[in-house]
Amino acid sequence: MTPTCMLKFDHISFSYPSAACSVIQDFNLEIETGTITAILGPNGAGKTTLLYLALGWLKPQHGNILLAQKALSNYSRRMIGQWMGLVPQSEHIPFEFSLLEFVLLGRAPHLEPLDMPGKEDLDIAAEALHRVGMSALQHQSIHKISGGERQLVLMARVLAQQPRLLLLDEPTSHLDLCNKGRLVHLLRELAGKDITILFTTHEPDVASALATHLVLMRKGEILKTGTLEDVFTAQNLSQLYQLPVDVIDVAGRKIAIWI
Amino acid sequence: MSLERLSEDELARSLILNLRLPRLLTAVLLGMSLSAAGAVFQMIFGNPLVEPGFLGVSQGASFGAAFSIIFLSNSAWMVQTSAALFALFGLGLSYFLARRIRLGGWVLRLVLSGIAIAALFSSGLGMLKYIADPLRQLPEITFWLLGGLWSITWKKFLFIFPAVTIGLLIIYRMRWRINILSLSDETAFSLSAAPGRERTLLLTASVLAVSAVIAVAGMVGWVGLIIPHIARRIFGADARTVLPASMLIGACFAVFCDDLGRVLYSGEIPLGILTSLLGAAIFMILMMRQSSLVQK
Repeated sequence: MTPTCMLKFDHISFSYPSAACSVIQDFNLEIETGTITAILGPNGAGKTTLLYLALGWLKPQHGNILLAQKALSNYSRRMIGQWMGLVPQSEHIPFEFSLLEFVLLGRAPHLEPLDMPGKEDLDIAAEALHRVGMSALQHQSIHKISGGERQLVLMARVLAQQPRLLLLDEPTSHLDLCNKGRLVHLLRELAGKDITILFTTHEPDVASALATHLVLMRKGEILKTGTLEDVFTAQNLSQLYQLPVDVIDVAGRKIAIWI
Repeated sequence: MSLERLSEDELARSLILNLRLPRLLTAVLLGMSLSAAGAVFQMIFGNPLVEPGFLGVSQGASFGAAFSIIFLSNSAWMVQTSAALFALFGLGLSYFLARRIRLGGWVLRLVLSGIAIAALFSSGLGMLKYIADPLRQLPEITFWLLGGLWSITWKKFLFIFPAVTIGLLIIYRMRWRINILSLSDETAFSLSAAPGRERTLLLTASVLAVSAVIAVAGMVGWVGLIIPHIARRIFGADARTVLPASMLIGACFAVFCDDLGRVLYSGEIPLGILTSLLGAAIFMILMMRQSSLVQK
């Protein structure tokens, strides 16, 4: 079976209304179904903007974004919610939902606007919490858990959404080593089920541990793109961070160190 | 009074059926509308300290009532219609100003424009009070601003019933959706909501109900702020339960305060004074007890 294109950025340019210059200029990228793509770059490279463009929340001034070979503008809001799920880097949750109530919100794209979630939705939400290892706390208030646990709950919400394309913004930024490992394992498992994953990170090691494909981004432009083996080199990373970086092999995994 | 006596006593029957009953039912509508709208406002602004008078609604209504008393007519109908129209006008102005503001997200823009519009109406009200006839018009304006249900008749009840019902029905049907709209715009969007449009629909429904009850009852403060807090304290944050619970508790609170205002003193104590007094007291107690309900 030939790999199919899940998401395609076709000559995308985007600038914020208040900004003088474009954040993203003539950006091209194809993401194949079932791959895990990391967008790696320093802070302020436009990584999050790229995720929001993929989601359709931001609209590019030029170019097209294609989701499964169809222009994103042809999808209804509900269709977009069924296709794609977003895990933001952090989220302000002003009210004390229980974890289960919060994860249940992920079911919204599968319900009519005035529908209430039913028993089946509740089961899916509980299962999603179980998969991130938080089911013991399902009736706990979301304000009483740690930042890392909260990131896992955001992950559970997107699992309950059952999307085919997962957009994650710095998914490991608040996680300890144990939970990082758990998340990497979970995301690999999802990719094995043909779910496409696109995530941003500023940590090279997270990218190398998880991704199959890599996009190096700097100031809104692609520096390099390709498979992890091809792109994750000392030369490319040095250029990306403008700092001498070496790449070493440890137990079959590439680690970047700055020197 | 026993039912037996009620069937015999013509005066008592007339008193209960024509004065007390519409008043009681209006108190129920008042409590339900203010509390439900309060819960909606707090959730979709992601801020537990806003209330339905927010966004220029209360100030618009006060200005409208004073305007009518001075320039149009002091007949109840005119004052009420003018108050309701100016309340909706206040919301509309806040909305259009928010669309023109080039700063921050939708919620911040609404809050900013709400503050500006409220200040505009407040200064307008101050001006009206200044030019009002101090013997005839000023007491009337002040009394309206204190709020109360002494003038309720069946006619008034039936006048506000449709608007309140429509507003509350929309809010009630969308109650699970409100949870999603309490999150950030991007997240709400990723969960298939149209954050701007759906929030506007809920705001309009809330203000429809609130401006109707403000029109007949005047300014009744603190109900919309305090009742959703109590409901959340008892039932948790999910709007599926908070909303019906707020309506129920709000209705009980309004009826209780209205009765208290009638029996506590030889003359009637305006409802707005009692709700503010009790509301502020409860609020202080809630805020001092254990951890706060909200995370700033």
